[in-house]
Amino acid sequence: MSLITPDFGLLFWMVVIFGVVFFILAKFGFPIITKAVHQRTEYIEKSLREAEQARIEIERFEGDQARILEQTRQQKAAILKEASDERNALITKAHDEASQEASKVLQAAREQIDSEREMARRELRSELSALSVAVAERIVRKELSDESAQKALLDRYVEEAVRDQVN
Amino acid sequence: MLPLRAAAEEKFDVSSFIFGHISDAYDWHITTINGKHISIPLPVILIDDGLHVFSSSKFEHGAEYGGYRIAPDGEPHAGKIVRSADGSRPLDISITKNVLGLLIASAILIVLILLCARWYRTHDPLKEAPKGLAGLLEPVIVMIEQDVIKDAVGPEYRKYSPYLLTAFFFILINNLMGIVPFFPGGANVTGNIAVTLVMALFTFFMVNLFGNKHYWKEILWPDVPLFLKAIPIMPVIEILGMFTKPFSLMIRLFANMLAGHIMLLSVIGLIFLTAAMGPVLNGSLSFVAVLFGIFLDCLELLVAFIQAYVFTMLSAVFIGLAHPQHETN
Repeated sequence: MSLITPDFGLLFWMVVIFGVVFFILAKFGFPIITKAVHQRTEYIEKSLREAEQARIEIERFEGDQARILEQTRQQKAAILKEASDERNALITKAHDEASQEASKVLQAAREQIDSEREMARRELRSELSALSVAVAERIVRKELSDESAQKALLDRYVEEAVRDQVN
Repeated sequence: MLPLRAAAEEKFDVSSFIFGHISDAYDWHITTINGKHISIPLPVILIDDGLHVFSSSKFEHGAEYGGYRIAPDGEPHAGKIVRSADGSRPLDISITKNVLGLLIASAILIVLILLCARWYRTHDPLKEAPKGLAGLLEPVIVMIEQDVIKDAVGPEYRKYSPYLLTAFFFILINNLMGIVPFFPGGANVTGNIAVTLVMALFTFFMVNLFGNKHYWKEILWPDVPLFLKAIPIMPVIEILGMFTKPFSLMIRLFANMLAGHIMLLSVIGLIFLTAAMGPVLNGSLSFVAVLFGIFLDCLELLVAFIQAYVFTMLSAVFIGLAHPQHETN
């Protein structure tokens, strides 16, 4: 039982067979497969890196977008606030102007009324004096006979007239 | 496959049954039906004063042919072709059972790998995922190359990966063919010391032919105290180590595969051994033997892979050790 003595014939054939197998596989077999696998590994690594970069870029874009949105929102709020302030100011100003105008008109009306009342009073007074003169003429014509009575009467009239005037 | 009738009639010889299966032979015995051996005769090639080529069927039933015979048990070259006159061996490079087994396994391996390589030639691997055979073999190739060869050999691994991958797949396919119990398989190829010796020699040359100068310095003039080098203890140990490493590879693969075959055959032999001991014992032991045989077959599948893996990994480690990076300190 030559289990542990290598047989020459088998040694010879094993060298030949393994040599041929090794030659064929090392030339036409494994290098092609491993080269392709390496290429693909590199390609996958490259793709992964690119995908990572793209992801980072997208994240940056999303950040920008959020910032721009926030800015726009703030601007909108500011513009709205400005508009409302302006409106309020306008209203207040218009109000003030209107009330000034109204008071001016009132003032003018009051002054006109005053002046017209003064004029009316003056007219009334002149008319009254003319009327009094006429009345006095008549009375004087009738009571010219008594000199003292005339004088007393005249005084009374004058006094009355002055009192009326004061009142 | 087994001399059933003979086993039932005469005493079943376990050791010749087992050794008949694990040793090399000049013909490939397929089965025996009604005491008639059915085997494939293989060419005998002898170099003895010229080339003698004839069929091994000439030696049937212990016949002599052309001055040669197969030595019977008890002679120094039992089971081998010897000269009839004095029982000495001629130079014998016959295509034996193991050689044919190697040829068949190698043909299958070459076809498989070249078909796989063809896929990569005809397709763009950057655009298509490998399908079929390439899809089956690529993960194995990548696993061996990236996890075993790259880690063990180091940065120069691309140069050695064709050899190591060839060794892995060569051993794997021969191991697997050895488990198949009928014709194209069943030859105990990787459990033959000549085969593992050649594998170990290839690794030996791969390690030592391409070792860099730091490797040779570590062997011949290692960094140890001078007296260990002056009386060359360390160099002798290191040079011995050069040979023990592949020797261990040879023995490990040989012993593991041989042991697997012997275990499996012993369990199966139990059925025939107990055939004469009555139907109860024979039946129950057959049942146990079949269960155990299934278990051992599964184990052998695992061992077939593990031994190929271990041989490749250790070869890669030895190649890596022959390329030490120069330590800068």
